[in-house]
Formats: sequence, C-alpha cells, structure tokens
Amino acid sequence: MKDAIEAVKALAIGFATTFKHLFRKPITEEYPEYKRPLPARSRARIILTRDPDGAERCVACYLCSAVCPVSCISMQSAEKEGGRRYAQWFRINFARCIYCGFCEEACPTSAIQLTPQFENCKNDILSFVYEKKDLLVDHQGKDKEYNFYKYAGVATDVGQKGEHIKEERPVNIKSNLP
Amino acid sequence: MTIYAIIFYILAATIVLTTGLAITRRNLVHAVVYLVFSFFGTAMMFYLFGAPLLAVLEVIIYAGAIMILFLFIIMMVKAVPDEEKLFPMRQWVPVALMGLVYLVIGAVIISAAPGSQVTLTIALARPEAFSEYLFQRHWLAIEIISLLLLVALVGALYLGRKKDTS
Amino acid sequence: MPDWIFGFIILIVKLGVVLLALLLLAAYLVWVERKFLARLQIRYGPNRAGKFGLLQPIADTIKMLIKEDIVPAAADRFIFLLAPAVVATTALMMFAVVPFGSHLTLWGRQVPLVITDLNVGLLYIFALSSLGVYGVAMGGWASNSKYSLLGGIRGAAQMISYELALGLSLVPIIMLADSFSIVDIVNAQANYPFIIVQPFAFVIFMISAMAESKRIPFDMPEAENELGAGYHTEYSGIRFGLFFLGEYVHLQVLGALVAVLFLGGWRGPILPPPVWLLIKMILVALIMIWVRGTLPRLRYDQLMALGWKVLIPLSLINIMVTGAILLI
Repeated sequence: MKDAIEAVKALAIGFATTFKHLFRKPITEEYPEYKRPLPARSRARIILTRDPDGAERCVACYLCSAVCPVSCISMQSAEKEGGRRYAQWFRINFARCIYCGFCEEACPTSAIQLTPQFENCKNDILSFVYEKKDLLVDHQGKDKEYNFYKYAGVATDVGQKGEHIKEERPVNIKSNLP
Repeated sequence: MTIYAIIFYILAATIVLTTGLAITRRNLVHAVVYLVFSFFGTAMMFYLFGAPLLAVLEVIIYAGAIMILFLFIIMMVKAVPDEEKLFPMRQWVPVALMGLVYLVIGAVIISAAPGSQVTLTIALARPEAFSEYLFQRHWLAIEIISLLLLVALVGALYLGRKKDTS
Repeated sequence: MPDWIFGFIILIVKLGVVLLALLLLAAYLVWVERKFLARLQIRYGPNRAGKFGLLQPIADTIKMLIKEDIVPAAADRFIFLLAPAVVATTALMMFAVVPFGSHLTLWGRQVPLVITDLNVGLLYIFALSSLGVYGVAMGGWASNSKYSLLGGIRGAAQMISYELALGLSLVPIIMLADSFSIVDIVNAQANYPFIIVQPFAFVIFMISAMAESKRIPFDMPEAENELGAGYHTEYSGIRFGLFFLGEYVHLQVLGALVAVLFLGGWRGPILPPPVWLLIKMILVALIMIWVRGTLPRLRYDQLMALGWKVLIPLSLINIMVTGAILLI
C-alpha cells in the first residue's frame, strides 16, 4: 500500500512538472529569424586573409593542402618579382571539405582561416568549387597583427637578411661574427 | 429467392472457398489469413441468421484471439515448408470418403428437416435472449466448462512456475 | 420517395460526413499532438507551413501520397500490401456505432445521428479492435525484417493482453446501462456521466486504451530507439500513411468511446451535440498526449505485469463490487 501511494505521488509530480512547462515560454531559437551569434573560432566557411599592409598572406607552401584529410585544397605556387611567394591559383572544393580546421592549424602565415559563416548551402554541386577570388577577403580575419614576411628570415622586398623583427644581423659564416 | 438467400449463398461460397484455400496453402501464415477470412464469413452468416451476439463473439474469440495465437506461434518458429506433395494418396482416400459421407448425411438432413422449405427472412435475436437461454437451460454445462478452464489455468501456472532453487 | 431510398441516401450522406470528419480530424489530431507535445517540452512545434503550422497536416499528406511505395524484395507481397489496409479499415469502421447526437427531423422523418445502432455495439468495437491486431502482426511478419517481426510480435502480444483489461473494465458500464448498445449507454447517462460512479473503470479503460492504441508509454511495438519503427519499419509512402492514419483514427475512436461511455457522450448544455462529442474527444486526446509527454516507455515485462497482474484483477474486483451494489 505504501508503495502504491509512493507511485501515485511520483506520477503526480511528473504530471505537474510537464503541466507547468505548458505555461513556460518555449526556449526554441527560431533559426532564419534569429541567428545565434557563433563564437569567432567556430569552424565554417574558409577564407584567405591579407596581412595588415593589404598584401596576400598566402605563400603557397602547400601545407594546408598536404594536411587536408579529404584533399579538397589545391593550388599552384609562384614567385613575385620582389621575392614573395604567392598562389597563382588556389582552389577549395567545399563539397568535400569537412571543416576540420587542420588547414588553419597548419598554415604558417595565418592566411587560411575558418569563419563562423555556416550558411553556404547550394543546389549545384559544381558551384561549391571556390576559386582564389572567392576565397580572398579584404581583412585579417582572427589574426589582426601578424605579417609573415616581417618576421620570416627570407630576403624579399619587405626586408633583407637581418632586417626583420627580432632577427639578428647575419653572421659571417667564416668568422662566426656579425 | 430473397436478397437474404442470395447473400447467404455468396457467404457460403466464400466460406467454402477460403477454408479450401486455408487447408491447401503451403505458407502457414497465408493459411491463417485465409482461415480468418473464413471465420469472418461465418460471423457474417451468424449475423444474417439474426444472431449478432454470436457473430461478434465469433470474430472476437476465433478470428481475434485464437487465430492471433496461431499466428504468434507461426511467427516465432520459422517453419520450413516441405517440398513433398501436399496430400499423398493414402490421405486423399479417407478424406474423400469422409467428405462423401458428410455430404450425403447433410443432404438427407437438409431435405428431411421440417425447416428446410422455409425461405430465409431477416430475424434478430437480442443478446439477452441468448444469455437467458444459455444460463437458464445449460448452466451446469457452463459451470463444468469454466471449472475445466480453471483447472487448465492452474495447470499452466504450475508448469510455468519458477523452479525451486533449493 | 419510398422509405428505403430515403434511408439509403441518408446512410450514404452520414457515412460520407463521418468519414470526411474522421479523416480531417485524424490529420489535425496529428497537428494538435505535435503542437501540444511541443509546448509540454517547451518547444514551438510545427509553425512554418501556414499560420501556426496549420497547413502542416496537408503538406504531410501530400508528401506521403507522392512518395514511392516500396515493397522490399524479401517481403511477402500479398500480406505486406494487405496489412496497412486492415489497420486503417478496422479503425475507421469502429466509429460506425458511436452516436454523435440524438436525432434530426428531416422532411418529417426521424434521422438518428449514428450510423448504425447495433444492439451489440460495444462488442462490435472489440471485434474490430481485435481484428486490428492482424494488421500489426502481419505487417511485421510480412516485412521479413527482424525489427518488424519483433515489433509485430510485441504488438500482437500487447494488444491481446490489454484487450482483456479493456473489455473487463467496461463490464460494470454494461451492467449499469443494461445494454451493449452504445446509444442505450449514452441514454443511461442522461442524469449523470458514468465517470462519477465508475472512476476505477475509467482509469483502467484509459490505461488499456492507451496500450491498445500503442501510444507512449506503451509503444513497445514501435519503440523507435530499439526497433527502428517496429512493425512499420519497412513501409513507405501511402502504406505507412495508412498505418499512421489507422493509429490516429484509433485514438479518435478511443477518445469517442471514453466520451460516450464515461463522459455522457453528446450530452452537454448550449452547444449542439456533435460539438460536445468533439470537445470531449479532443479533451481525452489531450490527456493522452499529456501522458505521452510525461511518462517514459515501459519495459516489456513491466507492460505485461501491469496488464495481467494489476489491471485485470482490479477490473474483476470492480465488476464484483458493482454487481454487489447493483444487487443490494
């Protein structure tokens, strides 16, 4: 008998709880009308950013292409007159991309970055192939400061050997003195 | 021939046909389905004769409960239909003989019975009439049957009881 | 106009109206269920197709109608095609004995507001309900899939078990009304609805009715998370739609039965009788949805224990007590 009373009590509590929920405001976020602001580091559409001076960051090192688990990134490297490397063409097939973010991790120049823009559904599968002009943006993305050629010890039009930030003068390899 | 007689013959033909199909199917589930149709036809026949209570009970108990139990067992054991001929000759002969005997006796009874010349008309028995008949005239038989069912129930309980571990 | 032609026309009209109302109500009951369940779970429910999602049932119907009707290669074709029809037909036919008013007077003739007043009306509903088990069992078997078969077996076992409790819980009602006819049962409740004198029978009937229509918390035959969708896993398109329709028509019929047997049927002040029946049906449906939104699914042994060890003895005691009081 005690068990029966306990059971009825437990049932009553359950029913009261669901009944109270009837008068609560639904917690649903209605998607197309309200888009929840996603964290800056959420992984969706990929972009190619520029450095603070407005030049392309990508040096076409192929690291992103190599690390990509679904091989959706391809490019062709070339060199500008000043000695800077760049991608002649750069292509991401978003129909294959799994948004894992490995490319972003691998990138030495913070060029390739994932953004929170996730609304990129299309009907035509061929339109998912993004060329460089579709990928290249006019801002620095998440990394506002970094400018690869100002740090890297590569001689380009940005700086000769020993002129880069935090770089010491090159040493004479015969005497080992600067 | 009244419209009721026509309905009667249609029902009778359906019952004979579905029962025939039921006993000749190799697939047991198909046989059960045809048998259900047959029971359903029988229920309709009861209804036609003015016994709606019997008709409904036929559907509830035979078509509804007993055949579902048949189906249940058939579904649980995977019966492999054997490839030999359905009825061998040595089974056909007695079946045909018995059928013939039934046919002759039935024909004699139908032609000799006093009610056989009456055309079928609509009738309707109240459920109360049926129960009064059953419980006032045959109460002893009913009590004996219910006792039998009780014994079967207790027996099933005894068999299904968990074995004493001691 | 001869009487029988008039009767025939009236019958056809009544059948058409009731069928249309049942189908429309079944579609919108799905909407009501989704909306109400959503609110119980602090969601909105369908709200995209039309205002408040009111066109959702129509959209769903169109989708089901134009989807491909797939019969699995290993299925038993004949029974596979037959099973959904059995479920839908038996559910629809049950409504034939439910009265939705007393009578109308048309051109000097009385038209009773019930399709047919069988003197074994209640048993007729049980008979159809027990035939409905075939749809579930055969659909599960014919699909030739392990999930469907398990769902079919569970469904058959559950439905024949709870049919007993369902039937026994109504015996006191029959004793009080002195008739199997549902019209007589409604007339017997002219002074007070039977729920006042038979609260136990009401509770037992509600529980068994939920088990009989395979609704959560008794949805073992469909148990999505272990059997896919149980006996209708392999069905698609309109045949799945028929199973779905049968389920919701069954819900309506059981709602109507609760209304007719315990809540006084079409009786009520001011509003016309069919509206009262509708209100009571929807009320019962809402209670069932509330139960669905609250309780988790029972385990199979709990389900059988509840049916055989609790509900059947309780209803037997209820019959004995009612009988004793009636005799005194």
